[in-house]
Amino acid sequence: MKPIWYFVGLILSIMGTIIFITGIYNLYHPEPTQKILSSTHPDIWWGAIMVVVGFIYIIRNRKIKIE
Amino acid sequence: MHAIGLSFVDWLIIAIYFGFVIGLGFYLKKFTTSEEDFFLAGRKNSSWVAGLAFLSANLGALEILGMTGNTFKYGMYVAHFYWIGAIPAMLFLGVYMMPFYYSSKIKSVPGYLKLRFDEKTRVLNGIAFAVMTLLVSGINLYAMALVLHTFLGWGWHVSMWAAAVTVAAYVTLSGLMSAIFTEIIQFFLIWFGLFLVSILGIVEIGSLKEIFARIPPSFNTLWSTSGNPSQNGMLISWGGIVLGLGFVLSFGYWTTDFLVVQRAFSAKDLRSARMTPILASFFKMALPFIVILAGLIALVLAGDPKSGFHLISDNGHINYDSALPLLIARYYPKGLVGLGVTALLAGFMAGQAGNISAFNTVWTYDIYKSIINKKASDTHLLWMGRAATIVGIVISLGTAYWAMSFPSIMDYMQAIFSWVNAPLFATMLLGMFIVWITPNGAFWGLITGMSSSFFLYLADKFNWIDKSILTLSNTSSDMAVNFWRAWWAWLICFVVTIVISLFTKKKPKEELVGLVKGLTKENIDKDISFFKRPEFYAVLSLIVLVALNIYFW
Repeated sequence: MKPIWYFVGLILSIMGTIIFITGIYNLYHPEPTQKILSSTHPDIWWGAIMVVVGFIYIIRNRKIKIE
Repeated sequence: MHAIGLSFVDWLIIAIYFGFVIGLGFYLKKFTTSEEDFFLAGRKNSSWVAGLAFLSANLGALEILGMTGNTFKYGMYVAHFYWIGAIPAMLFLGVYMMPFYYSSKIKSVPGYLKLRFDEKTRVLNGIAFAVMTLLVSGINLYAMALVLHTFLGWGWHVSMWAAAVTVAAYVTLSGLMSAIFTEIIQFFLIWFGLFLVSILGIVEIGSLKEIFARIPPSFNTLWSTSGNPSQNGMLISWGGIVLGLGFVLSFGYWTTDFLVVQRAFSAKDLRSARMTPILASFFKMALPFIVILAGLIALVLAGDPKSGFHLISDNGHINYDSALPLLIARYYPKGLVGLGVTALLAGFMAGQAGNISAFNTVWTYDIYKSIINKKASDTHLLWMGRAATIVGIVISLGTAYWAMSFPSIMDYMQAIFSWVNAPLFATMLLGMFIVWITPNGAFWGLITGMSSSFFLYLADKFNWIDKSILTLSNTSSDMAVNFWRAWWAWLICFVVTIVISLFTKKKPKEELVGLVKGLTKENIDKDISFFKRPEFYAVLSLIVLVALNIYFW
């Protein structure tokens, strides 16, 4: 079966992508009530970090199968 | 109380998580063919997998919300739960106790008691553990429903049943293996979902130094005010921290509670099993940078009228557990709120799955096979494990509804642990390290320890005795009483076990080989290089622990 790290990569990259895309959307369509520190756009850079970490896990484990 | 409110994207992220864990359950089912696969995840996990699962099984509902809230209430002293209240015990388990557990090929902690002592001690502990686990499991479900109900606006019944059905589905499909998989996913989601709160909190306030500067002195130190209980937020002396939390409660939980120890049993070999709690110790030490830091950030913001931040009040009582969700609502935009809520839900569900997978193992091996059906086949035991999962969840739902009537969840949680784990640690310690401790000594010591702990709980609750007798101090908090009660229960069990052992029949030494120090070969892991030995990493962990305590002294 696939190692657990593969699934960790999968869920991080899926969620990270959604958060990143939502962040880009929020950049051009800001919410009426802004959150504290919204000017730092945490959704964009945090989502991007999740995608990068997720892809690293996927790539490193995509060919590994454990007994 | 107002719900945080979720957008479509937030709901999408939550739905992906639920779909993902149930999908994993189905994926893993085809690899779960034997009872060893179901109960011990096939004993093939690396120390990293077992280590993260070991830590995550403990990272349940109260651990995240409760400890952040407690930091708001008690200050930095709550970090003791993560450092002196966990690390020495985890290292002791890995270095000294795991060889006895793992080498004896037992499937549960009560299983060790049978080999070391006798069947009656095993059944006593098995029943006590099963009851404790279901009570904790119910409280976990209740706490999860509390969050869903309070912050998302879900109904009580929908919240509890949705969580229970999801956990029942994936644990029934593939037992410990799916529990471990979801625990590791939960570990990552907690870090990615909640650590951002600490980062943004530091950015808003200015720096870590500024956070500590704006907290009252009784709340921002770890040890320097422990000489006088009236000078620290927890109203406890260093003696209570060291003996009650650092020794009894911590060792009682981390070295004997099957919920966490079961993860180490799933490791592929003895070295991996020993490394399991040692690796977990490094991550445990890092957790205060989420939970404690978030509590301190909430404390600073609440003390600054310009911030507009204040905890929620229910009928005049401050709801400390609202600190973390309110910080999420303060900082997180759409999408990230979904991630934050998912991290909390993942914590609840993994904690719940941990309780249920430990319960089904102890029920199947230490109660059902031990006293009801001694000749059960492996296939039948696998079926029984799945049935026990469903029944365990249903009973948990019952205890969850019961927990709704409790005035304080934390109070009962600590009480439950001090009834079962504190005396058991005395039994285990004596059993593993002293050859002449007898089966009757262990049995009656355990009974006396558990009963005395229960009696002390009632005596405190109904004011039969003065608190100062328990805590050796005129000033004390509820938490201080919990710590000291655990210490007395441990001491009573320890003394009674020794005294009865002096006058009762001992087990032949040949039956204790591999189970007791002195009768077990001492050359474990001696053939591997120094830098790969568990002892090396244990010393490293200890150095980090000492450094953290000195830094935050």
